[in-house]
Amino acid sequence: MSKVQEGLLYSESHEWVRVEGPNAFVGISDFAQEEMGDITYVDLPDLDNVLKGEEFGALESVKASSDLYSPVTGTVSERNTDLENAPELLNEDPYGSWIIRIHMSNPAELDELMDAEAYAKFIGQ
Amino acid sequence: MEENLQKTCLYDSHVALGARMSPFAGFIMPIQYSNIIAEHQAVRRQVGMFDVSHMGEIFVCGPDAERYVNHIFTNEIRGFAPGKVLYGMMLYPDGGVVDDLLVYREVEADHFLLVVNAANIAKDYQWMLDQAAGFDVQVDNQSEAWGQIAVQGPEAEKKVVEVLGEARAAGVGFYEFYDSTWKGSRMIVSRTGYTGEDGFEIYTSVEGTQEIWQLLLDAGVTPCGLGCRDTLRFEAGLPLYGDELSAEITPVEAGLGLFCKLDKDEFIGKDVIARQKAEGTRKKLVGIEIADRAVPRAGYPVELEDGTQVGVVTTGYHSISLDKSICFALVKTECAALGTPLWIRIRSRVFPGQVVKKRFYQTNYKK
Repeated sequence: MSKVQEGLLYSESHEWVRVEGPNAFVGISDFAQEEMGDITYVDLPDLDNVLKGEEFGALESVKASSDLYSPVTGTVSERNTDLENAPELLNEDPYGSWIIRIHMSNPAELDELMDAEAYAKFIGQ
Repeated sequence: MEENLQKTCLYDSHVALGARMSPFAGFIMPIQYSNIIAEHQAVRRQVGMFDVSHMGEIFVCGPDAERYVNHIFTNEIRGFAPGKVLYGMMLYPDGGVVDDLLVYREVEADHFLLVVNAANIAKDYQWMLDQAAGFDVQVDNQSEAWGQIAVQGPEAEKKVVEVLGEARAAGVGFYEFYDSTWKGSRMIVSRTGYTGEDGFEIYTSVEGTQEIWQLLLDAGVTPCGLGCRDTLRFEAGLPLYGDELSAEITPVEAGLGLFCKLDKDEFIGKDVIARQKAEGTRKKLVGIEIADRAVPRAGYPVELEDGTQVGVVTTGYHSISLDKSICFALVKTECAALGTPLWIRIRSRVFPGQVVKKRFYQTNYKK
């Protein structure tokens, strides 16, 4: 059974968001990493504007690639470049491995994301 | 969806082993049991096994069997000894591929076994029946009566000898087979496979297949899913029908012209193959290696530096055994020479690469 971490917000495309003031740290859920299998590559975005629901990067596993979608609108202000050399961190510690930090331009969008309880239901747990 | 999918005779075992099951070629098949990398490495380093019971077994016999098989098959079976296996294709008259397959020449005169891709069984069987007019042959699709297990890897010989209790398996040469029985049913054991490693394929009844699968599990052979079957065959430079071969891709374009023998009197598609061998083709299958870890996937465009598209990726991975991002791609022939710089568009970015040999991994066949 996949872990769902309390205190985070979740999107239907299985990204999580940790809010720190105006910043949203974005990663992928345990459910997502289990579905993908061994992640071998992280395609990180440029430091640029990103819209809620827009593709901002991608993950590659052995068998497939899967796009990453931004849970909020804002500007990508930092990228976790540790993942470039160690993409497996997303498998080993999905909630400890953020992928990008977004400086949010519309924090009200956070209301549209799921809390841990709702996300657990969403993935059928 | 699932009610239309066929199950192989090993379905219950896959589920009991906790495999991730997915549709493939009309069957519900195991994609992975643990994870693709571990299963891939088991085959490269020790021994793994695959349920390939979905493959098709079509038997041909009769006074005209040799002439008939030689008519529909690109490789030369005349003068080809009983107990041997030959790889080749069946072609449409325009040179497009009906299927790629193995032909087993049985010990009994005028008897052949043709092993075809699961996705193509019905199409191939109909094609073979249609071509049989005027030949005194019987064409018999026995696919549902047979199970098949591929045991692959450096320890395959030891495990197969041990589990079957047949020392003669060790004496079988590459692309040879022998006939035996398992609990009263016919069993065929060939030194063939689809991984680039030494290994065997064991054909027998569905009950026998279930027993042998369990014995192999008990002997410590790693069950492997279709996920790593694809990564293994890809590294070994082996084509997959539907990706590197199809009705629209000829064997010459796919770099498999050596399996089409022009010194034969005739075979379906020979004219086109002869012309393509003489005059060349407009497109060609190549290997491309890119410097980045990004993965070229099937369908991604292959471009020149100025953005002109010159081809398309057919299969690509970040290779497990080589730790490189590589792919097969069908490109314009003028771009196919080894060392040619080519660019692959992966999502929003373009990655530089170059043409390399298609056999990415040094195979370890026991010849």
